[in-house]
Amino acid sequence: MATSEATAKNRLIEAVESRRGKFSPAADVTGPVKLRADNLRAWYGESQALEGITLSILDRRITAVIGPSGCGKTTFIRCMNRMHEFVPGARVAGQVFLDSEDIYAPGVNPVRVRQRVGMVFQKANPFPTMSIRDNVLAGFRLQRLPISDGDALVEKALRQAALWEEVRDVLDRPGTSLSGGQQQRLCIARALALEPEVLLMDEPASALDPASTAKIEELMFELKKEYTILIVTHNMQQAARVSDFTAFLLTGALVEFSPTAKLFTTPADPRTEAYITGRFG
Amino acid sequence: MERHFERELEELKERLLWMGSLAERAVHQAVQGLLGADEAVARRVLEEEAAINEMQIEIDDRVVRLLALQQLMAADLRFVLAVSRINADLERIGDQGVNIAESALRLVRHPQVKPYVDLPRLGELAEEMVRDALNAVVRRDLELAKNVLARDDQVDNLRDQIFRELLTYMMENSSVVFSAFELILVAKNLERIGDHATNIAEDVIYIVAGRDVRHPALDRR
Amino acid sequence: MSLGIASSAPPSPRSQPALREGTGLSGERAFQALCLLAMMIPLLLLAVLLVDVVHDAWPRLTWTFLTSYPSRVPAQAGILSALVGSAYMMVLTALMAIPLGVGAAVYLEEYATPSRLTYLIELNISNLAGVPSIIYGLLGLELFVRVMEWGRSLLAGAATMALLLLPMVIMASREALRTVPHPLREAGYALGADRWQMLRRVVLPMSLPGILTGIILSLARAIGETAPLITIGALTYVAFLPDSLMSPFTVLPIQIFNWVSRPQVAFHHNAAAGIVVLLVLMLLLNGAAIWLRVKLQRRIV
Repeated sequence: MATSEATAKNRLIEAVESRRGKFSPAADVTGPVKLRADNLRAWYGESQALEGITLSILDRRITAVIGPSGCGKTTFIRCMNRMHEFVPGARVAGQVFLDSEDIYAPGVNPVRVRQRVGMVFQKANPFPTMSIRDNVLAGFRLQRLPISDGDALVEKALRQAALWEEVRDVLDRPGTSLSGGQQQRLCIARALALEPEVLLMDEPASALDPASTAKIEELMFELKKEYTILIVTHNMQQAARVSDFTAFLLTGALVEFSPTAKLFTTPADPRTEAYITGRFG
Repeated sequence: MERHFERELEELKERLLWMGSLAERAVHQAVQGLLGADEAVARRVLEEEAAINEMQIEIDDRVVRLLALQQLMAADLRFVLAVSRINADLERIGDQGVNIAESALRLVRHPQVKPYVDLPRLGELAEEMVRDALNAVVRRDLELAKNVLARDDQVDNLRDQIFRELLTYMMENSSVVFSAFELILVAKNLERIGDHATNIAEDVIYIVAGRDVRHPALDRR
Repeated sequence: MSLGIASSAPPSPRSQPALREGTGLSGERAFQALCLLAMMIPLLLLAVLLVDVVHDAWPRLTWTFLTSYPSRVPAQAGILSALVGSAYMMVLTALMAIPLGVGAAVYLEEYATPSRLTYLIELNISNLAGVPSIIYGLLGLELFVRVMEWGRSLLAGAATMALLLLPMVIMASREALRTVPHPLREAGYALGADRWQMLRRVVLPMSLPGILTGIILSLARAIGETAPLITIGALTYVAFLPDSLMSPFTVLPIQIFNWVSRPQVAFHHNAAAGIVVLLVLMLLLNGAAIWLRVKLQRRIV
């Protein structure tokens, strides 16, 4: 049986050799910083919602912010594009650096910040008086930016939001004629049309059914190749599935910020452990 | 729609199979080294052990991550749990291979006790069981897995036969005790390799059919 | 299959209401009957009124009635000048009230920061809506007829009516602006809009149905206003069509009032016909408001 032995042996060696070197390293947890909060504090009138948060969000990664209700995660994300200041009585202190510029420096135009940092909300909010097409282009019209090739823009944005195939023939229907999941993707397309650098997502799938949620999560993996994504979610499992980094907030303070794999398997802080094992919150 | 975690499952499987190939090769080379009194081949087994151990750690790490981060259900869950078990078995197979290689190295300086007849047969059986068990994993082949389970008795019997034969030799001729003893150890190692291959086959049945067949004597009706 | 758990006796039943009881009369039915009666009575009264008026008006509801000037002979009297006067009046009033009303509402709702002053203004606007219309007439008389020296003209009349309608238009517009949900405004801001763009492209298009409805309903009410126009001096006998903003005029309610106060019974028929015309106009305006609201609402679902 020398031949069969030899063949078996060769097969073995081949099997081993063919796979050597094909194993890519684990998820990359280093890289340039896109957004950095430095001792960020925020108030609603007299009550303090955020206490000195310092945290770096890496470029082209998905960072999730989790925590129990009222921990300040929504306040935090709204400070990233200066939406927090719309609340009457709201106040912000500290710095937030987009690349290397502080968006809260005096003289900075908040509208410019929002052009570079887009946002998607918990409940999809397409403009009801506009068609799907107009919704996607809404950002341009609202900022009085010139639109060079509307059709191409619309198609590109809708493709990026994984919605093109479903709506390509009905672009003139009102934005609200779509299903919940589709509306949310329309809002994502609307935000992406402006080509922001960062995409903030405030519980984007909490109002959606599991199938739509899955679509949006898969979408995020695609988007991550080009955009930096910061997502707030009360659903820890979603944060676990989707993000590269996770920050855990508790009553306005940052408790732990780690690569997701580490935070969910061997968290450093006992409060984090208590939260993710479901023992409180 | 392909989900992101499906890629992770694929990567896990790839690594498991690679480790399986390494373990298979370790057994093969250890037996070759022993039967052919080939020191170089035996040494290679010792050198390649590190790769097997490294991969075991990586696979376990990935299993923990997958379980923590993805809410795996049904077949995916069974698969990952079974991978964790198969991982351990493969590493033990690797260890047994090293044991055999070490025995081979010790035996190199001694004359052969007797012509090897049953030992090569046992070696072949064990190797085949490992190979078939791994194939069953790759192809999710229920029949092949059951087939592997059936051969376990054969291996046990062959080992017993070798024990009896070598014991007789040792009792008749005290100068061969050292070598014979090493050979008994090798036979034991090979039988253990068969056991581990059987475990792997049981895990395949768990993955594919969802049935835990590890201890059929227990009536869990 | 016994689980080995000692089973207890079934729990003693609470006193449950029997399923078949409680379908009888008493309080519930009587109350329902009372409410039905309360609804029927005004409807009946209204029906009686309508039947009476239409019966009275029937012989005079002809095309010539609509196209003739008033005259001392009842059979020849028509409401042309009053109809045209009302029409001009409505158009002018609308032109004045709409920009002022909507503008004020937008300012109060979108730009003004909440403070004691804005609170006071809000309070007073809703009070003003309830002020008797003759007071507006007196105000118009002093301000527009005398101080501005516009005399007893169409312009003065329209300006007075505009003042009368302003509180209603402001309140309706504010309500309409409020219906634009907060998340939509947030979406606009998040897309980098400033306040003006937001208003122009998001808020106003959405609140348009409500604003338009408010305007039309105000106009429908204004058509029937008599006291303020009499006070500023609209004429009761006009046998010509107004030819400029400063020309004298009359309106439907005044013409009707004029005919009712005549002793001849024949004029009462004219008055009834005039009432029918007025009612039809109001119905048309209200109908337009409803149609508009439904049509525009569908866009916004």
